[in-house]
Amino acid sequence: METVETHAALIIPMFNEASVIDAVVRRARSNFSTIICVDDGSSDDSADVAAVAGAVVVRHPINLGQGAAIETGFAVALRNRSLTHFVTFDADGQHDVSDALAMVERARRESLDCVLGSRFLGEARHLPAARRLLLRGAVKFTAITTGLTLTDAHNGLRVFNRKSAEQMSLRLTGMSHASEILSLIARHGWTYAEHPVTVSYTDYSRAKGQKGYNALNVLFDLAVNRVRAIA
Amino acid sequence: MIIRVLLLAGLACAALTVMRGRTTALSLLMGRSAALLAIGVGAIAVLAPDLVTFVANQVGVGRGTDLLVYVMAVVFLLTTLALYSRAAAARHTTVTLARRIAVLENRLLLLEESDQQAHTR
Repeated sequence: METVETHAALIIPMFNEASVIDAVVRRARSNFSTIICVDDGSSDDSADVAAVAGAVVVRHPINLGQGAAIETGFAVALRNRSLTHFVTFDADGQHDVSDALAMVERARRESLDCVLGSRFLGEARHLPAARRLLLRGAVKFTAITTGLTLTDAHNGLRVFNRKSAEQMSLRLTGMSHASEILSLIARHGWTYAEHPVTVSYTDYSRAKGQKGYNALNVLFDLAVNRVRAIA
Repeated sequence: MIIRVLLLAGLACAALTVMRGRTTALSLLMGRSAALLAIGVGAIAVLAPDLVTFVANQVGVGRGTDLLVYVMAVVFLLTTLALYSRAAAARHTTVTLARRIAVLENRLLLLEESDQQAHTR
């Protein structure tokens, strides 16, 4: 029998994922009783599909960005006092629910504030070469700016306990949240560990995913955010 | 040359504009005063163009037109940065409000659901 986690919730930011979200939510429900899908102003019926599949759906009235969706997901999840751990999870099917489960168990066992998924410790299926190069660059950039030595600096599969979740405050609303979270880990001194995960790139996720040049936008966001922090 | 000091001071102000997030009463007053001053100086420049050339020479610039261009460049930068700051602050407000709406609707939905469940028992 499969383990059903009742004290950890999945937080899934969604934007126009009606074609895949049903399968993702149903698969996740076999291991997690609480799935929170944040619909970031989708123009398709992602929200309805996710709700029918058994997720708690929260809708942004307008599109705000993945970082904003994750922040909203945390805001809603934290209201449920029975939840002890929170997992950010992709809506496009790139992540494996069994990895999420293993990471929650590890966070509990080792009393960690965060567990960060790493495809380079685990497996990255059909990862385009250019993307691999970019991600390696992200790792170096993260090491320089935050002092954290990671193998995968831009993974959307992460687990947080209540302590880090409550302190989390994402100012950046776009894709930069992934890097912003790392600087929060460094700043607050949250305990963390990397865990091997499988990330599967499909034609769907590659077509829909971030363009490589968006990394430049992320760099800009991080720089502005840093300047604001000094001011 | 004095003009270099003045232009660098202007750029330093631009840098400060980027850093400072909040609009205070002082910054509002400074902005309004600067605008009125600019209008006043502009009027004088139109009425006495030789004066512009004189001032330019005093600070180490050959032509009055060149001085005008330098001043415009700094003003343009300051304006752009101030607008960018405003836009970013407005965006933050929008995100906060949208999130509040999303969470409230979610709470309402949960209340309606538990209401329905109570009635069907």
